[in-house]
Amino acid sequence: MKQMIFFLAAVAIAISACKSNTNSALPILGNREAVTKTVGGKTVTDTVYQTIPAFKFVNQYGDSITDKSLNGKIYVADFFFTSCPSICPTMHRNMLNVYQEFKNISDFKILSHSIDPKYDSVAVMKKYADKLGISGQCWWFLQGKKEETYKLATSYLSMAAEDKAAAGGYVHDGYFILIDKQKHIRGTYDGTNADQVTKLIADIKTLQAEPDQSMAQ
Amino acid sequence: MVSCQNEQQVEYNRYYSAGAAVYQTHCQNCHSDKGQGLAALIPPLTDSIYLKINKKQLACYLQNGLSGKITVNHIEFDSKMPAAGLSPIEVAQVLTYITNSFGNNGGLVNTEDVERDLKKCK
Repeated sequence: MKQMIFFLAAVAIAISACKSNTNSALPILGNREAVTKTVGGKTVTDTVYQTIPAFKFVNQYGDSITDKSLNGKIYVADFFFTSCPSICPTMHRNMLNVYQEFKNISDFKILSHSIDPKYDSVAVMKKYADKLGISGQCWWFLQGKKEETYKLATSYLSMAAEDKAAAGGYVHDGYFILIDKQKHIRGTYDGTNADQVTKLIADIKTLQAEPDQSMAQ
Repeated sequence: MVSCQNEQQVEYNRYYSAGAAVYQTHCQNCHSDKGQGLAALIPPLTDSIYLKINKKQLACYLQNGLSGKITVNHIEFDSKMPAAGLSPIEVAQVLTYITNSFGNNGGLVNTEDVERDLKKCK
């Protein structure tokens, strides 16, 4: 019996060890550079990571949304268009799982950028959100100048562009990009793959537990 | 009698498994692997009564696309499905798959059924 208890304890430790492994900190992705500066007479070298630059778009309620609207928020971004005949329905079927998990968390957002703002007017985006069952301020459907959207996509290590040869007239990858409160890229996930989106949900929880992320900024 | 039944079963199995591949390529992105569609944007394929009532129109929907208001599973949908661009045999295969998956039990749809229905498209 005693041996059995020891065995169970060993198993429990092994399992918890595995668990703490999977909970290890998320990497910071993108470009980085070492910056040397003088602080209080001492030379200090620090790593500066790529951040998401300033932007300005309009959400499905007609409200102006900028990078400042995301200050102090963890968020997930993607690029889509409402008339997309290919991967978008799968992406947003999966994103609905992320929404259901975090919709009541006030410092969490989802940003879906339309790459076809000509068709995806504010009214079209609102109708799309309504039909998807989205209400409140957790998930914003954004549109604006398409050049700004395409340029911003590259900052998210993502791609979006017009292409007449592609189904629907636009090409884009189906990635979901996880951004932390310091506007660093902390993960990219294939939004068409349900397993990767499950990992995204787990990674958001890991990120929320980081000391830098739990404080309001 | 036994061999006759087996032949029908073989034909059904052939249509069904080929239909699963057609479904994956042409339908699954929107209607999902479990046929549940997407909220009120894309109708599910789980409404057996809708599929039964519209049985003779299903081939036309795939051939010509479908737009306008329809009610499926008590939800009104008003989006546009593009024409699938399938041959009559592929239509028969995928309809056999859909009408016998996701809780549906509609039986075999063969190429003759599809060619007959396609002549009567509205």
